[in-house]
Amino acid sequence: MDFAIQTIISALSFGSFYALGALGIGLLFSVLRLINFAHGDFITLGGYALIVPSSAVVAIALIGGFHPVLVIVVIVSFVVILALLTYFLIFQYVQNSSPATMMIVSFALGYTLQNIIVMIYGGRPKAVNLFPELTGQVQLSDGVSVQILQLVIIAVTWILLIALVLFFRRTRAGIQMRAAAEDFRMARMLGVRGKRLIALAFILSGALAGIMSLLFVTQKGVLTFGMGVPIMLFFFIATVIGGMGSLVGAVVGGYAVGIASVVLSAVLPEDIRPFRDACVFLIVIIVLLWRPQGLVLKKASQERV
Amino acid sequence: MIEANTPLLRLVRTYWPLVMLSVGLLVIVAIVDATGDVILAQTLIEGLVRVVIVAALYLFIGNSGIISFGHIGFVMIGAYATAWQTCCPYTREMFMPGLPVYLLNNSHHFVLAIFLGGLLAAVVALISGYAIMRLSGIAASIGTFALMMVFYSIYLRWSTWTSGASSVIGLPTTTTPWVGYAYAVVAIVGAFLYSRSKWGLALRSSRDDEVAAKAAGVNVFGQRLLAFVVSAFFCGMAGGLFGHFLGMLTVDSFGLGMTFITLSMLVLGGMQSLTGAVVGVVVLSFLIDILRRLENGLGGVSLPTSSAEVFVGIVIILILMFRQSGITGNQEVYWPFKADVSASAAMKRQS
Repeated sequence: MDFAIQTIISALSFGSFYALGALGIGLLFSVLRLINFAHGDFITLGGYALIVPSSAVVAIALIGGFHPVLVIVVIVSFVVILALLTYFLIFQYVQNSSPATMMIVSFALGYTLQNIIVMIYGGRPKAVNLFPELTGQVQLSDGVSVQILQLVIIAVTWILLIALVLFFRRTRAGIQMRAAAEDFRMARMLGVRGKRLIALAFILSGALAGIMSLLFVTQKGVLTFGMGVPIMLFFFIATVIGGMGSLVGAVVGGYAVGIASVVLSAVLPEDIRPFRDACVFLIVIIVLLWRPQGLVLKKASQERV
Repeated sequence: MIEANTPLLRLVRTYWPLVMLSVGLLVIVAIVDATGDVILAQTLIEGLVRVVIVAALYLFIGNSGIISFGHIGFVMIGAYATAWQTCCPYTREMFMPGLPVYLLNNSHHFVLAIFLGGLLAAVVALISGYAIMRLSGIAASIGTFALMMVFYSIYLRWSTWTSGASSVIGLPTTTTPWVGYAYAVVAIVGAFLYSRSKWGLALRSSRDDEVAAKAAGVNVFGQRLLAFVVSAFFCGMAGGLFGHFLGMLTVDSFGLGMTFITLSMLVLGGMQSLTGAVVGVVVLSFLIDILRRLENGLGGVSLPTSSAEVFVGIVIILILMFRQSGITGNQEVYWPFKADVSASAAMKRQS
């Protein structure tokens, strides 16, 4: 029972993390048809912004040494500005291209960002000790102890989800964004300002990435230039499984992937366990074939001629 | 004279892009061979292997319009299949103890081995493509991407056959510049002939308008599957060449990095032209070579590490932003003489 509770909490915290990531990608896909492969690298850059830019072996905290509230504000705004810059400098010029072309652009952007990090910080991993008080264990009841960070991740995710739901239900911009996600062209015809809306989507996606980079760095304790790639792959899977462009779907997909990967690790027989990742990607292909529009269907997702 | 030459001239004109590309590559290989520069020769062989890969990518992506992120998986399959047949006869059992007895005890000539490697990749493409080629547009691209990750994670963990995360060392380094050239020409000819065939035409019609092509009776799924299998065959052969060029194999080298570089070459040259595929490889290989030398401090200039990668990334972003048809503008090399030979010959006959 104790083991079950621990597994459930761990699965929920994984799921929450993936849901946040999938949401960051889903936001952009819903208005722009862009699968942003650089999302993981936004998270990496947010982490690197904590330390002094140098290729020295020992990392010196720069922003990471500030007051926690300031750290959060500075890192989130840094990633938001980064995301906005990529829109105004790059993505706005390709937004009318095919989704696959935009996918290559974001691929190229991620590759460039990673190598810029290598250029400035060097290729070696760097240890960073962010919010050390969060990595301790907390005793929930007899025999059940979990990492505080896992609870924080779950709590942060739910606060952000509620905030986003309120934003999408109650504010003018949120309703416009939902309209644009249904049918971007129609929304523009009805007076929604496309460019401003896309910029807003980049801001939200960047803010999510900024918060995630703080959570991720706290958990890992190490910065590497490629650390955004593997998590990006899982966000991507979550987005696909949940249905491209559906925000509810992204959250569902994120939890599905997080819970599945924890459960598969616990349940799969010993000889197949190393092939867990292959199984997960196989599931993606099966989902694509079974339901190319994803598990959660949108009304306007049918391709028309 | 003209009467006798007409069919020949027409033939030359039809195959003009092929002639130009093979002669162009021949000149490059001959020049590099003459300089005797060892590092340049390495770049050249790697470039020629990439010509094979990118020509195969063109064969599928250029004609079908579906951007595939999965072909490097076939390169990997071909590379390991070749290594099973040719690698290190004395230590093969140490690296890959799970191989069947026949493979453990027998080695094939490397030409046969590369051919069989390509064949295995084609068979795998046939099976996986049978599912994935049913998808269209972005879903198909995502499907190929997931397929690549499936192959990658299987080969990474399948240590009894692939030595897993460590490397297989001791493949004979038989890929010389001239061997690479021969395979590059074979791949270019294959891609060209396919594009000119009725299957290539049918597939291109589905690229330009899938619904119209279907209405005109094109079996879009079948045509895509055919192109997928043929291009996987060439990719598999390229994998064999790559292994015999480096003399060693690691699963890691067939990941997102190689996918990105080869796709970049195709995008840079122009996705819908074979000339673009070859030009993209030549230009990007050349630029990367120069930047690598500058990174190592050539002629007093010293660029920071990974400048070459940053440069490649920025170039690809700029190309996709401002000139999506690439360097060649999606055109093949033209027959340079204005007059239509057959027409003028016919006029002469009349007069």
